[in-house]
Amino acid sequence: MERIPILKMGEFLLVTIQVDMHDRLALTLQDDLTSQIVKHRTHGVLIDISALEIVDSFIGRMLASIASMAHLLDAETVVVGMQPAVAITLVELGLPMKGIRTALDVEKGMTALRAAMLEGQDGDTGSLR
Amino acid sequence: MAIRVVSAESMPIRASDDVVLVRQAVRKKSIGLGLGLVDQTKVVTASSELARNTLDYGGGGMVHLELVENGTRSGLRLIFEDQGPGIANIELALTDGYTTGNGMGLGLSGAKRLSHEFEIWSKPGEGTRVSILRWK
Repeated sequence: MERIPILKMGEFLLVTIQVDMHDRLALTLQDDLTSQIVKHRTHGVLIDISALEIVDSFIGRMLASIASMAHLLDAETVVVGMQPAVAITLVELGLPMKGIRTALDVEKGMTALRAAMLEGQDGDTGSLR
Repeated sequence: MAIRVVSAESMPIRASDDVVLVRQAVRKKSIGLGLGLVDQTKVVTASSELARNTLDYGGGGMVHLELVENGTRSGLRLIFEDQGPGIANIELALTDGYTTGNGMGLGLSGAKRLSHEFEIWSKPGEGTRVSILRWK
């Protein structure tokens, strides 16, 4: 079965979505990623969507669910590399990407994750967004 | 001025892989028409929403991809049709956030916002036909 690879990069997990995902593949990623978060006891997930030419409501919802699930498993998610045309289209589509952290690239995403983890250590843990 | 169809092509929408194929075909047509990247992204995204609706709510169907002309303007028209259960209340179905399934209820309203022209026909028990048009 076709799968999207999940790489362990230092203390974080990195998912690079490089294919035009059909819906089943997106759901498999959700399952795989939550298992890997627990297996590696990671506190941060980076999802690189720079190769995605569109984000429709299905993929947007999948990204939001991954972020919520990861949060329940004590991990923060940052979506990185969204193309400008995708951002313009998402707003016009009316997709609420609330609760999803974004960064321009993987490096900035890692900085954001470290900052989010430090914030978490200051006491604001376990709160649901 | 009346719209003239320059070329037309049809594709089936029977499985989730077909939604991917529709997106790819729409991308190719948009590039052929000479749409810019943002417009391409809008029309491909709209097609993805409507193709998924055809599959999930209509039980599968067809999409017709048409390059059209209206005097000096050219555009891409996409017509999605199914013989599914139809939509009882179209106005309600076009409301943001309304869904009878487990989606986000953005498919129809979002596709409408991403298009220049939008038409919907539906009859309970007979099916649904949605047409969107993006001018160059």
